[in-house]
Amino acid sequence: MKLDPRIPSGPLEDKWTTRKNGVALVSPANKKKSTIIVVGTGLAGASAAASLGELGYTVKAFTYHDSARRAHSIAAQGGINAAKNYQNDGDSTYRLFYETLKGGDFRARESNVYRLAEVSNNIIDQCVAQGVPFARDYDGHLANRSFGGAQVSRTFYARGQTGQQLLLGAYSALSKNVGAGTVQLHHRKEMVDVVVVDGRARGIITRDLVTGELESHSGEAVLLATGGYSNVFYLSTNAKNCNVSANWRAYKRGAGFANPCYTQIHPTCIPVAGEYQSKLTLMSESLRNDGRVWVPSRAGDNRSPDQIPVSERDYYLERIYPSYGNLAPRDISSRAAKRMCDEGRGVGPGGRGVYLDLADSIKRLGHNVIEERYGNLIEMYERITGEDPYSVPMRIYPAVHYTMGGLWVDYDLMSSLPGLFVLGEANFSDHGANRLGASALMQGLADGYFVIPTTIGDYLANSKLPKVAADRPEFTEARQSSAAFIQKLLAVKGHRSVDSFHKALGLILWEHCGMGRTKESLTTAIAKVQALRAEFWADVRVPGEAADLNQEIEKAARVADYFEMGEVMCRDALLREESCGGHFREEHQTEEGEAKRDDVNFCHAAVWEYAGPDKEAIRNVEPLAFEVVHLAQRSYK
Amino acid sequence: MKLTLHIWRQKAHNDKGGFVRYTLADVTEHMSFLEMLDVLNEELVVKGEEPVHFEHDCREGICGCCGAVVNGEPHGPQKGTTLCQLHMRHFHDNDEIWIEPFRSKAFPILKDLIVDRGAFDRVIQAGGFIAVRTGSAPDANGITVSKEASDLAMDAAECIGCGACVAACPNGSASLFVSAKLSQLGLLPQGQPERMKRAIAMIRKAEEEGFGYCSNYGECEAVCPKRISIHHIARANCDYHKASFTVWQGTGGKAAR
Repeated sequence: MKLDPRIPSGPLEDKWTTRKNGVALVSPANKKKSTIIVVGTGLAGASAAASLGELGYTVKAFTYHDSARRAHSIAAQGGINAAKNYQNDGDSTYRLFYETLKGGDFRARESNVYRLAEVSNNIIDQCVAQGVPFARDYDGHLANRSFGGAQVSRTFYARGQTGQQLLLGAYSALSKNVGAGTVQLHHRKEMVDVVVVDGRARGIITRDLVTGELESHSGEAVLLATGGYSNVFYLSTNAKNCNVSANWRAYKRGAGFANPCYTQIHPTCIPVAGEYQSKLTLMSESLRNDGRVWVPSRAGDNRSPDQIPVSERDYYLERIYPSYGNLAPRDISSRAAKRMCDEGRGVGPGGRGVYLDLADSIKRLGHNVIEERYGNLIEMYERITGEDPYSVPMRIYPAVHYTMGGLWVDYDLMSSLPGLFVLGEANFSDHGANRLGASALMQGLADGYFVIPTTIGDYLANSKLPKVAADRPEFTEARQSSAAFIQKLLAVKGHRSVDSFHKALGLILWEHCGMGRTKESLTTAIAKVQALRAEFWADVRVPGEAADLNQEIEKAARVADYFEMGEVMCRDALLREESCGGHFREEHQTEEGEAKRDDVNFCHAAVWEYAGPDKEAIRNVEPLAFEVVHLAQRSYK
Repeated sequence: MKLTLHIWRQKAHNDKGGFVRYTLADVTEHMSFLEMLDVLNEELVVKGEEPVHFEHDCREGICGCCGAVVNGEPHGPQKGTTLCQLHMRHFHDNDEIWIEPFRSKAFPILKDLIVDRGAFDRVIQAGGFIAVRTGSAPDANGITVSKEASDLAMDAAECIGCGACVAACPNGSASLFVSAKLSQLGLLPQGQPERMKRAIAMIRKAEEEGFGYCSNYGECEAVCPKRISIHHIARANCDYHKASFTVWQGTGGKAAR
């Protein structure tokens, strides 16, 4: 597999300008002749489709939802970073770049991260102009708050619903273009395959989720903005329909899958309540601005929290990481919580929880201020647990939240399959081994509004792309193989539900490839996943018909992909013999229990290449060259 | 707890549909309403029957996918709460629960509890935006907005587009949905240039899609999971009437009506 990152030459801060000045342009008259297929209408997909439609391309956008406003970007709570330095607290593009790179434990591509920091300011401008009601101070200017891994206040927010407001902004831009006829939007259509003609991505196959019909769509380029794969763990903070299938089918058609083992476990989620649990709910990291995290000092202390005096509480984040305190990065905070619970100091049913306590802030700032900042989160917590966080500390525990790994892309966001571009969480490029809070929204919108509209033109202008019709044999083959796959699922007629398999798979991965990983646990996981996968194909029950609205088929196809993907994720974790960011190999830790990188042997992205059905995937590498920053051990102490 | 459920089952849009009775044992109070349906569906699938189809996704009350009428109330008995966030602690042992889809002329039923809310999207496409090209925005702090206006705009912007307001309204009106967007954009300085045009375009489109008029029942506000206020409807109506008597560019200099 050829992995040329195509990073522009020259100083880091000039690279994006150099690239923009160097791209070939597509003339206005020719743009209309190029059809661009956009899969997914979350932040990245909606912003890309809107911006490309505006430029004059013929855009066909696809979502499996009933509306483009539903994507899981909508659930992001805390905020979006930008290097505006409105607070005059010393922020800069370089600082945002450096902190993002450091937060990712130096496993991201320097040039991409710098570009992300560079365009971050344009995003805020764009969103405000669209009418996104960001929080404001009394003087009418924009307000900021702090987030994990940063010592400046650079996070813009809209109450606890920043993702919702940004997505609705992108959705409004998309809707404007749909209304104007520059984007054709297809609802309730799920991509089931990428079609490759003469070595280039030239179209997709979709399944109409109402009628079950498989349809072919051809174009000059395909953009995947299809999100992450956290749901491979079954329980995660992702929406129920989030899945890896679009990315996985693209992988099987020649796109490399990078760093699947980089998964983020978010420290502040509501703990699991019972076996019926269908998903986990995040409590925004922003709560750590005003909430103090603690556990009882003594193991097995079962007193209710109000009975435990301050002297017998361990505010462990403040103790271990005094300079960042409760705002230590996500991977570090999550592992610290796990250590406390492993020591028997966890709280709540089952002992898998720590307190996030707002009491001191309520005393200092008053009930009203806390309500204004976090009211909707607190209400959500109360609805789910039946407990009132204004009087009882919240119980939280880490949960899978985001996946830094994804399809490999070059500087222009093109995958190793020419003509296939990947945006947002679906790609691997910007967050290394750990993503800082408020950076996912930034990346999704950076890719969609500002990067792809520039870089895609270069591909279209420089490639010979004869028109392909959707009745070519490549499309027929892809459609037939998709139909056969669905028939195969229906034909098993076994005894167990898709969900029961998905839960079992998730449990294996959470236990063996979760917050802590070892050679032994990963080897066990691979064997268990393979065995369960065989059982799935022998005993799954998918009722109903193919030519119908059938949610069981949707789930079954996604879970079938998770089995394959989960195995590659474990293999990636097994071969990465170091700890970095969210990937914590217990064999590789410092004396204080922090992640210990191996920059000599693993300063690279691992890119997995599909080798054929039931063949072991091939591991390729893209070495990461750092021209500006010096690799250092992350310290938040 | 043990429950008796009467769930609306309908194979497809043109199918007649009707209530089917199910009993469910071992429901715990910490389950969400949708998790309770998951448990029922698990039983149905293992028996080889088709599960109850319902729309859902984030299960955090923000995506707007879920929603059904529970015992006559859209999203069920808890105020300011989506169906996915409703928990079974609000029900009792041996309760009978009636579950049916959001019903409205503008929301055709696709299957069981799933309806097509595409009309909402088309109303937004008609004008529910501030038209700004990517890349042409001024510095964000170049536009100051009073905190009061900003907060009020945010109150309106919280709408999740679930459609409960339409299902609750005896007229099947989408006024709360439409006015929330008009209010949000109309309260902000950025939204002023298109304000009148937007009010006309969205309200007329809603009418065209088959939504009814508002006659101040207030049912929409009562069931809205985001507690959007009907004050926004007053604001939108005000704009609409003003726009109707104003000469504005979009009609080539003629009055709108």
